[in-house]
Amino acid sequence: MTYLAKPKFQHPDLPRNDLGYTHRDYEGSVSTLCAGCGHDSITASIIQACFELSIEPHRVAKISGIGCSSKTPTYFLGNSHGFNSVHGRMPSVLAGANLANRDLIYLGVSGDGDSASIGFGQFAHALRRGVNMTYIVENNGVYGLTKGQFSATADRGSKSKRGVINTDNSIDLAAMALQLGASFVARSFSGDKQQLVPIIRAAIAHNGAAFIDVISPCVAFNNHAGSTKSFDFVREHNEAVNRLDFISSRMPIEVQYEPGTVEIVEQHDGSKLALRKLQADYDVHDRTAAQGFLQHHVAKGQIVTGVLYMDKEPSDLHAHLHTVDMPLNVLDAKDLCPGQAALDKVNASLR
Amino acid sequence: MSTATPISRVNDFVVRFANVNGSGSASANEMFARAVMRMGIPVGPRNIFPSNIQGLPTWYEVRVSEAGHLGARGGTDLMVAMNPQTFDKDIASIEPGGYLFYDSTKPLPASKFRQDISVVGVPLTAICNREYTDPRQRQLFKNIIYIGALCALLEMDVSVVEQLIGEQYKGKDKLIAPNIKALHIGRDYALLNLECPLGLRLKKTDKVGNRIFIEGNNAAALGAVYGGATVCAWYPITPSSSLADAFTKHCAKFRVDPETQKAKYAIVQAEDELASIGIVIGAGWNGARAFTATSGPGISLMQEFIGLSYFAEIPAVIFDVQRAGPSTGMPTRTQQCDIISCAYASHGDTKHVMLFPEGPTEAFEFGAQAFDLADRLQTTIFVMLDLDIGMNHHLAQPFAWDDAQIYDRGKVMTAEDLEAGKEFGRYLDVDGDGIPYRTYPGTHPTKGSFFTRGTSRDRYARYTEEAGPYVDNMQRLVRKFDTAKDLVPRPLIANASKPTKYGVIYFGSTSPPMDEAIHMIEARGHALDRMRLRGFPFHSSVNSFVADHDFVFVVEQNRDAQMRSLIVNECGIDPVRLVPILHYDGTPITARFIAKAIGDHLEALKVKPLKVNS
Repeated sequence: MTYLAKPKFQHPDLPRNDLGYTHRDYEGSVSTLCAGCGHDSITASIIQACFELSIEPHRVAKISGIGCSSKTPTYFLGNSHGFNSVHGRMPSVLAGANLANRDLIYLGVSGDGDSASIGFGQFAHALRRGVNMTYIVENNGVYGLTKGQFSATADRGSKSKRGVINTDNSIDLAAMALQLGASFVARSFSGDKQQLVPIIRAAIAHNGAAFIDVISPCVAFNNHAGSTKSFDFVREHNEAVNRLDFISSRMPIEVQYEPGTVEIVEQHDGSKLALRKLQADYDVHDRTAAQGFLQHHVAKGQIVTGVLYMDKEPSDLHAHLHTVDMPLNVLDAKDLCPGQAALDKVNASLR
Repeated sequence: MSTATPISRVNDFVVRFANVNGSGSASANEMFARAVMRMGIPVGPRNIFPSNIQGLPTWYEVRVSEAGHLGARGGTDLMVAMNPQTFDKDIASIEPGGYLFYDSTKPLPASKFRQDISVVGVPLTAICNREYTDPRQRQLFKNIIYIGALCALLEMDVSVVEQLIGEQYKGKDKLIAPNIKALHIGRDYALLNLECPLGLRLKKTDKVGNRIFIEGNNAAALGAVYGGATVCAWYPITPSSSLADAFTKHCAKFRVDPETQKAKYAIVQAEDELASIGIVIGAGWNGARAFTATSGPGISLMQEFIGLSYFAEIPAVIFDVQRAGPSTGMPTRTQQCDIISCAYASHGDTKHVMLFPEGPTEAFEFGAQAFDLADRLQTTIFVMLDLDIGMNHHLAQPFAWDDAQIYDRGKVMTAEDLEAGKEFGRYLDVDGDGIPYRTYPGTHPTKGSFFTRGTSRDRYARYTEEAGPYVDNMQRLVRKFDTAKDLVPRPLIANASKPTKYGVIYFGSTSPPMDEAIHMIEARGHALDRMRLRGFPFHSSVNSFVADHDFVFVVEQNRDAQMRSLIVNECGIDPVRLVPILHYDGTPITARFIAKAIGDHLEALKVKPLKVNS
C-alpha cells in the first residue's frame, strides 16, 4: 500500500521513552519495498533500537549508497537528515560527514552489492580507519533493483531464481570486517528481531567502527529452494554464538542469568551488554579466535550469528587524527583563519 | 656551423641546468635562482623533470629578467650541461652566440661542440675526486662547486650565496662550512683559470621589491587554510601531492589549538580519488569546508560524485593541478587540458564553476575564495592550477588578507530561523537567484530535516520522477549557474596603446609569457587588446570583448582548443571569430611561441585574400 500516505494519528497511550518520544517519532515514510522484504524488518529493528536508546531522532545522520537496502533510510527516522549517495560510496560520504561533526550518530546502511562488489574498497578502508559509525549491510545475496543477478556474497553453488548456479566464491563481509580491524562485528538475521535489536543498540553505543552483517532474504529474487539466503535456509543453518541484552547506563543491571553463561561487558559510554553465551567456548574479545570460529562453521555450512567480536577499548578516526572536541563544522574565521599578521610573517619568510 | 658574436647581456638571459634526477642538483639549482632574486633581479625558474625518482634527465631553467618577464622565454643562453645522456641535444639547443658550461675532466672531441658558442670547461669530477673521498660527497659538492664557478663567470654576489647556504642548513650547522668551502673551490678555480665574467652578467638592482618566491601549490594550500577548510581528503598524484603536503604543513603551524594541542582540521589520505571526493562531499553536506587536490586522472575518477555535488547541491572544492593527458599522459609535464572535463564533469546536463589563477598570488586568493563560492553556490568549485603554476617557484606579489572579512557560509537556515516559522524547502528558490536554503544535519528536532539524494525530487526534497518538478529543478540549476557569472572573479582587460581590431584571450599559466609576448608582438608593429579569463561561467564582458574585435586569438595549452570550445559553446559565438593558438608539448608555453604564432597570423591577415577561382 505504498501509495497511501502514512496516517499522522497516534494513540495517546503509546509508550514513551526517556525523552518523551514515542515509537512513531522514529518512523519514516511508508516503505516502497516488496511486501515481506527482510529489509523492512531491519528498518523496524533500527526504529526499535533508536526508540529504546532514547536517541534524539534529529541527532542521527543516516547515510546510504544505492540499491534496495540503501532506499531504507527514508523509512525510518523521518526527522533525521538522510543522504542516499552514490553506489558503493556510503563509507566515504559517511566518513566525511563524521569528520565534519563528531557529535552526531552515524548510521550507514548498505547492501551486499553496494558493499561487497562496487564498494568493497570503501567498505574496507572505512573500517580500517575506525570511522565511528554503525555500518549495517542488509545482505540478501542478490541484486534486487536490477532483478535478481547474483551479488558477491552469494554462496558458491547457490541457485538463482532463474536456475543459474553461482560458480564464484562468496565474500564473507563479517569475516572481512574482523580482518580489517572493525572494533565491533556482529551478524544477525532480519527475521530475528530478538537478536538484532540489542545488537543495533550495542553497535550505536560502540565508540568506533561497528559492523553488522544482517542476512535479509529477498522475497522477490532470493527466497527459493537452492538459495542460501532464503528464510528457510537461514533459519535451519543459523548457529547463534550468543544472545545479547543491552543495558543503558541509566538502567540497573539485574543479574537474572545463570553464572558462567553470562558475560557483562561495559562500553565506553557506560552502557552494558549482557552476553548470554550459547557457545561455551566462544570469546567475544578474541579477534583471532573469532576469525577461526567463523571459518570453521562456514566449512560446516553454518551461518554464525550474534556478536562476533567487540573491542572493549575502541578508538576512532577523530582520536587518530587528534581533532578538537568541537565539531569542525562550527568553527569560524576566528578559529580557522590566521589573519594578516601571520601572513606578514609568511611573506617575510618567502623572500 | 658559423661563428656568432658571443651574447652580451646584463640581467636578461636564460640559464638551463641539465642534470640527472636524484643527483642532488635540485637544491643547488634552486639556490642559484634564489641568489639572483636576492640580488634584486626578477627571476623565473622552471623545473622540467621526469616521472621517476633517480637516473633520468631533468632540467632546471632560470629566466633572469630585470624587465620583469617571468614566463618561459624559449631558448637557452647558458647551458650548464651536467648530464652525459642529453649532452648532444643540450648543446644543440643553445642560442647562437650562447655559452656551454661543462665538466671537462674527460677531454671531449671538438666534434662534440659547436663553433657558434663559447665553451667553458671546469674539471668538476677531477676537483671532487681530489677534494673528497666519500662518493656521496663527491656528487653533492659537485653541484655546489659549479654554482661557485657560475658565481665568478656571471659576477654573482658570492656573499648572497653564502647567506643562502647558511639559511638552507640552519639547524644542520655542521654542513654550512663544507658547502661554503665547495662554493669557493668552484669560484676560485674559475677566477684563476677562466676568463671571467662571460658576456652574460648579473648586476645588483632593486626590481624585486617586496615580492615573494613560492610554488603555486603551496600558495593554494595556504589559501585553503585562510579560506577555512577543515577537511582535506586526497590521494597522491603528481603534480598535486605537494598541495596536500603543504596544507598539512600549514595546518600543523596555524591550526593546532595552543591549549589542548588538538587539531582544528582533519586530513585523510584516502584509498583513491573516489573516496577523496566522497569524503569531501560528506563533509560539505554536513557543513564543514572541505577540499581535495588532484590532477586529470583523479578528475576522471571523480566524475560521478561531481555530478552528485551538482544535482544534490553540496559544496565541494577541487584543486585540479593539471598535467599532460590523456590517460596517464605525461605526469610531470604541464598542460591546461582538463578545461572541458571539469566544465561539464559527470553524466547528464551538468556545468561547473572554475577559477583560473595565473600564479601563486591568485592561487592563494582563489584558493580561499573557492570555499566562500562553494558555500554560496552549494556546488563544486574547481580551482584550475597546472604543473607550471603548482610545482615551480614564482616571484609573486605578497599575500594579503582583510582581517575584517568574515566567511560567507551561504544560505543556511538555523534552528532559530526554523523555530521562527520560516518556510523551509530545500530546493525552493525563495530569492530568485536559483540558490535554495539548506540546513545542516542535526539542526532541529522536528523541522528542517530532508533527504539528500542524486535522484530527482521536488522543491521540498521529496522523491519524484514527474516531468514538471524535474524540469523545474533543472531550470533552477541554470538560474543558479547564471548567478555564478557575477560571483566568480571577473576577466581582466588590458587594451593596446592604440585602437585595434584584434584581441587575445588567455588564462592561467599562460599569463606570465603573455606579458612578454605582447611586447614582442608590439615590437613587430601589431596592437592587441588582451583579456585574461579568471572564472567560469563567463562574465558578460567575455561576449562583448569578442564582439568588439574582428578576430580574437585564444591562447591555451592543450591540443583541442578546449577554452575556445567553451567560449563558443557558452557564449554562442561564431567559431570563425576565435583563432586558436595552441601549445601542448608538455613544456610551459613560451613568450617566443606566442609572439611568433600570433605575429605570423596577423601578418597573414594583412595579405590581400587569395582570389577565389571563378
